[in-house]
Amino acid sequence: MRVWLPLDSFALAMGGEEVAAAIMAEAKARGVDVTLTRNGSRGMAWLEPLAEVEVDGVRHGFGPMKVADVAGLFGDLAKHPKALGPIEELDWMKGQTRLTFARVGVIDPLSLAEYRAQGGLAGLERAKGMTKAQIVAEVTESGLRGRGGAGFPTGIKWKTVSEAAGDRKYIVCNADEGDSATFADRMLMEGDPFTLIEGMAIAGLACGATKGFVYIRSEYPVAIRVMREAVEIARAEGVLGAAFDMEIRVGAGAYVCGEETSLLNSLEGKRGIVRAKPPLPALEGFMGKPTVVNNVISLASVPVILSKGAAFYKDFGLGRSRGTIPLQIAGNVKYGGLYETAFGLTLGEIVDRIAGGCFTDRPVKAVQVGGPLGAYFPRALFDTPFGYEEFAAKDGLIGHAGLTLFDDSADMLQMARFAMEFCAIESCGKCTPCRLGSTRGVETIDRLARGDASAMPILTDLCNTMKLGSLCALGGFTPYPVMSAVTHFPDDFARAKEAAE
Amino acid sequence: MLDSHVQSDRIAEILEAHSGLEGPLLPILHAIQAEFGFVPDSAIPQIAAALTISKAEVHGVISFYHDFREKPAGRHVLKLCRAEACQAAFGNSVADRAKEKLGIDWHETTPDGAVTLEPVFCLGLCACGPAAMVDGKLVGMLTPKSVEKLIDEVKK
Repeated sequence: MRVWLPLDSFALAMGGEEVAAAIMAEAKARGVDVTLTRNGSRGMAWLEPLAEVEVDGVRHGFGPMKVADVAGLFGDLAKHPKALGPIEELDWMKGQTRLTFARVGVIDPLSLAEYRAQGGLAGLERAKGMTKAQIVAEVTESGLRGRGGAGFPTGIKWKTVSEAAGDRKYIVCNADEGDSATFADRMLMEGDPFTLIEGMAIAGLACGATKGFVYIRSEYPVAIRVMREAVEIARAEGVLGAAFDMEIRVGAGAYVCGEETSLLNSLEGKRGIVRAKPPLPALEGFMGKPTVVNNVISLASVPVILSKGAAFYKDFGLGRSRGTIPLQIAGNVKYGGLYETAFGLTLGEIVDRIAGGCFTDRPVKAVQVGGPLGAYFPRALFDTPFGYEEFAAKDGLIGHAGLTLFDDSADMLQMARFAMEFCAIESCGKCTPCRLGSTRGVETIDRLARGDASAMPILTDLCNTMKLGSLCALGGFTPYPVMSAVTHFPDDFARAKEAAE
Repeated sequence: MLDSHVQSDRIAEILEAHSGLEGPLLPILHAIQAEFGFVPDSAIPQIAAALTISKAEVHGVISFYHDFREKPAGRHVLKLCRAEACQAAFGNSVADRAKEKLGIDWHETTPDGAVTLEPVFCLGLCACGPAAMVDGKLVGMLTPKSVEKLIDEVKK
């Protein structure tokens, strides 16, 4: 009997370890020979822990599993109260275009043989037969843009590093996924770590780099464990070695280290203070050497681009947003999780059709898109298509493609205040607009809450200063959630005034 | 508490084990904290000497990162997520109940030394919030009631 139960953090947080133990105990008690594979998550967080059992060669899903549901897996499966049917036939799975996440949830994350059998390493093999310039051209042609949030064309970054002079070059993977509502990096690392390793090895070939680092946040213990084991396996199997090797490094709870220059300082063993640019990390990065700093999803999208060709990847998407994007749907949501699709769905389709609205069954009041530095979108803007330029045109950003749903009980003034408070807690302290502006921002919003409407022009002016004067996106983008709340939800700011009167 | 010789010998071993790394300070601090539960003051000059940087630099790094402790935590550490997605799922009411039950605020330890309460900004469990981490174990979909139960279990 073949059974899968995710080792993904979603599953573990919902009791997955206990369910896995119960499956093995039940198998032993019944004398049934069970092969239990700890896979990644399929992305349907509301069904975790999601067990899968093979029936006539087809994987059937059961979830969300409790320990009490385990015995039923050994009886008539069709009558199991948590039976979902064939997993690939579920609407959530059928609606997706899984390119980067093709293997996540499908394979044993730590089996290089299964990885290979599902098309893994084909991209790296092809890259080995290409020149550096050809690999860079292929990635440029695919239209892949940085999935960490900035959306900078990956191929252009690689070209700069590839052509830069340096006795050593580095590939640094930014896995400091600190934005609330984002977990794509985590799921990829937990569910298909070899894809990231392969992507980094290809980047190494393209840029002439021999060493790679993955900087993973300390809040991701499962991802750290899986990545470390995967690197050892890849080394033992010759995927990594003298030509390109890599190391897993762990962050220390500083949100700002998701900013690339701050991350490099942290990696060097310094305070995670943001560096002024120029020089670009591509020319003077880790230890002053030419360095590619790419997000997990950017690097993990490279193997499929190399194996299937730039044209295949580029064919998905809209406008200048090419390929697919793993949407991460979170917060007060009925069907939350990871949904990989081509760019171009409208926000409304994502929120209403895919996510099913709020779990409270109350109206969706706002959706924060792009994490703590992203704007709050009201229903009036739900026709915005999901793309970099399309969201920028509405004074928002897609960031790392996280979406947080709020129902009508949310107080947007409090959310604006939280954005400023978070910035104050996490500011690295190097530039004044961010370091001081965030604290003044909290105080100014508190004045508004007390009904002092004269604070509004000050808040607007402060946001403008932070936006234009901050060194990095932390101070520079905190005005997005704040001003979008002010602009789209004026009642929440006016209500505070009435209350005071 | 370890005697100071044993402590400095162990720190020396950790420094030695990390000597080949590029940019070794964070891995060293993580290893020291894993060993002692915090980064003892006495480690600072030892690290500074080994890496040929100033004591001020070492202190600066320790104090910059939320993870590093300068004194021991309680026997158990409860980290509750305060980020937006968990707030949207009513994480604030979970946090309020936890504080009330423990009788402490963020960053404090109960007088009996049992539990330290810390905020965390995202555990990547945003589709099954409110989320927490208890002594390294992840927990999702908390309610004010379930967080009370969690605290009772931890204190046992």
